Amino acid sequence: MLVTDALRASGEPAPRMVTLKVDGRSVEVQEGSTILQACEKLGIDTPTLCFGPTLKPANVCRVCVVELKGARTLVPACSRQVEADMEILTDSPRVRLSRKMVIELLASSVDLSITPEAKEYARLYDAHPERFGPPSLPDPERERRRAGHHERPDGLTAATVQTPSKVDNELYVRDYSKCILCYKCVDACGEQYQNTFAITVAGRGFDAHISTEYANPLPESACVYCGNCIAVCPTGALMFRTEHELRQAGSWDESRQRETETVCPYCGVGCSLTLHVQDNEIVKVTSPDDHDITRGNLCIKGRFGFQHVSTKES
Amino acid sequence: MFGAGGGTSSYREVEETDLLILWGSNARETHPIFFHHVLKAVHRGAQLYVVDPRRTSSAQWADGWLGLDVGTDIALANTIAREIIDAGLCNETFIRRATDGFEAFRSSLERWTLQEGQRVTGVPAQTIRQLAHAYARADRAIICWTLGVTEHVTAVDNVLAIINLALLTGHVGRFGSGVNPLRGQNNVQGGGDMGAIPNMLPGFQDVQDDLDARAAFEASWGVELPAERGWHLSQMFEAMERGELRTLYVLGENPAQSEADSAKALQLLEGLDFLVVQDILMTKTCELADVVLPSSASWCEADGGTVTNSERRVQLLRKALDPPGLARDDHWIICELARRLGHDWGEPTLEEIWDELRSLSPMHRGMSWARLEALGGIQWPCESEDDPGSLFLHGRLWADPVEGRRAPFSVTEWVAPIDELDEQFPIRLTTGRRLDSYNTGVQSNRYSSPLRRGETLDLCPEDASRLGLQPGELARVISRRGSVEAPVRLDPGLRPGLAFMTLHFPDEVDVNALTIDATDPKSGTAEFKATAIRVEKAEPQAQAEETLAGEARPADGRPAGEARPADGRPAGEARGARREEVHA
Repeated sequence: MLVTDALRASGEPAPRMVTLKVDGRSVEVQEGSTILQACEKLGIDTPTLCFGPTLKPANVCRVCVVELKGARTLVPACSRQVEADMEILTDSPRVRLSRKMVIELLASSVDLSITPEAKEYARLYDAHPERFGPPSLPDPERERRRAGHHERPDGLTAATVQTPSKVDNELYVRDYSKCILCYKCVDACGEQYQNTFAITVAGRGFDAHISTEYANPLPESACVYCGNCIAVCPTGALMFRTEHELRQAGSWDESRQRETETVCPYCGVGCSLTLHVQDNEIVKVTSPDDHDITRGNLCIKGRFGFQHVSTKES
Repeated sequence: MFGAGGGTSSYREVEETDLLILWGSNARETHPIFFHHVLKAVHRGAQLYVVDPRRTSSAQWADGWLGLDVGTDIALANTIAREIIDAGLCNETFIRRATDGFEAFRSSLERWTLQEGQRVTGVPAQTIRQLAHAYARADRAIICWTLGVTEHVTAVDNVLAIINLALLTGHVGRFGSGVNPLRGQNNVQGGGDMGAIPNMLPGFQDVQDDLDARAAFEASWGVELPAERGWHLSQMFEAMERGELRTLYVLGENPAQSEADSAKALQLLEGLDFLVVQDILMTKTCELADVVLPSSASWCEADGGTVTNSERRVQLLRKALDPPGLARDDHWIICELARRLGHDWGEPTLEEIWDELRSLSPMHRGMSWARLEALGGIQWPCESEDDPGSLFLHGRLWADPVEGRRAPFSVTEWVAPIDELDEQFPIRLTTGRRLDSYNTGVQSNRYSSPLRRGETLDLCPEDASRLGLQPGELARVISRRGSVEAPVRLDPGLRPGLAFMTLHFPDEVDVNALTIDATDPKSGTAEFKATAIRVEKAEPQAQAEETLAGEARPADGRPAGEARPADGRPAGEARGARREEVHA
């Protein structure tokens, strides 16, 4: 039986279409689509950070906001569903100012040095995060602080989320100085995919951070090392140990890396693996977001169990 | 199923079904990404039932857990069947139109009242009834099983007993309804597809019965093919025992450690005249070999092999790494062997070999490499290049009239496991996998897993305290065939009288020294899942030695007896050894 026949047999109705206007141009998309998808259909590039194609939008970073005629506030393009006859502006002064502010606040407080899009976004929106002053010193107590336990800022330095990297296991490293609190790792670890619930957001306001239960090191937490959090992390806060070590040594070089799609050598589920190879060594393993078996997810063996084809000491 | 040799459903249907039964499967740990699809269904509101002697991490997600006694699967399935019939919940129209043998099946169930089912399986009658009614009443329902069903002397009958349930209720051949073995290795399904089983040519064409298929292969290859079925693995070991099999060529398997009753298996392998082993790593079996042929790892060092997954999806493998030293692709080695034996097969590429398969196996005919690559794999059967492949099998059973053969009910008799419990051996040991490890650990023990605890004897807290054993304390585990020592670990998911061990660390703890090589006469599968054991405190002397051994190891904080790479050497060294081997 054909897939389409099977779907028809299962009683799935044909999708309805919705027409709206983006920057004065008319566009027709499926009912239930987001404004972001409508923009994509028109070739309008929308900045995103917390959005992930495999996850339900958390709409927390606010860098994708657009102006919706008749709405009091700007709306997040990543999560707002289209409605008939909406009129959207994606490049109005209000949108540009808001995006600039979001980028400046994030970039002044978080280390976006290896976030692929960050530089381009800052250029596009003329963002100058350095205007808040030099970054403050790392705060080793950040994760233990309670609401209200803050010293008054002196206005000379930019408050940051800097905190020492957590290197507490052989497989991956957590550097929350790079964390923009996009919630993607929490969602991937939680109900949307892995259902392990090893991490969540702890603390409030500027102290909010990703944490295991009681801030335990990973080996004492519920973590099962699927690395599905690494796969969705947009800023490099979560990273393979192999990548971390190569970066420390200054030898991480994506221009010398090849990506090859193959199939996991372990169980019979048939997960697609993308092997990232530098100098004939696997340095990272991902899975394609659009593969319907994995949707970008793997287990510990698929993601980390490649040492047996390495010629290096482990 | 019904001659098709693969699971009937797709993962996508698992997400969209209404009721799932995982039978003898701890998919949460052994098929983690499959379990993501199960969880999608659970969050959508589908019911999940888990049938497993252990209350596993899969069972923790279930609406109902049926903790049956090891090896009573047929008794449970027959009880469920009788309850479905008695309650008037079977799909009479489907049975009448699409099946054979219902009356004989029904009369074979006479014994299996709910009370008798409860007595034999240990599952409360009410829970059996609940599952029976929920399964029969669901619009869509899928059953999946794994080795918990098949590693028994009644392997085939266990599966047939489960399939009976699908036939009773019409839960097969429709979107969202089916019966599926979850494959334990990335190409178990593909091995069957390609005819690496003694009774089938590629594409599940019977060696003995399908004369047309055999003729087609003979014409293509220009040779006469044996008209008899060959030996499966267990029969090969029996033939070794009789002295009829004297030379063995092993590819990518580690029978020195993976066979039940390992002492006996080892003795038979050592007694061979000539043993050739082709593998990507130096396994224990390689160490016994007269000749080791180092091969490239097909999943990342060779370009264009295929594997088939548990939803019948054929997927392409691609080369990402250069193999070390002189390691060669499997197909190159085989062709070279043939050439040296006087048969020049040329130097075919993997794509040429694949196209030859397509010309001889109708179910693969439409799967060109280009299509496999573009579509991310194709589910068989796929008979032409405009065929999108098959989301599910046996839609034919719902055609009017039914197309092809009707699906037969099977009469299955429950028999208790061979290795009986008695006063001397009162505890049932069952074996399985853990999340981070794989089979005999040859591949998986080479990466550092923070989850790895090494081999343990898992007991329920009640048994441990009755035996006076503390967690971490070394226990001696004794079966009728051998004994091993392992530290005790408490698992509240076990019940009194049930113990669990893995097979992942055979160099430290050879669990297969305990298992029985009694096999299912129909499939040859050994009864890995049901061993009778007794447990004692280990001798103090042995314990002292173990502690010393532990101290001699690097201070990695792991207790004695914990995981090291499969061969006890650091991982890099093992791979290095492979290099030397290759250059030698």
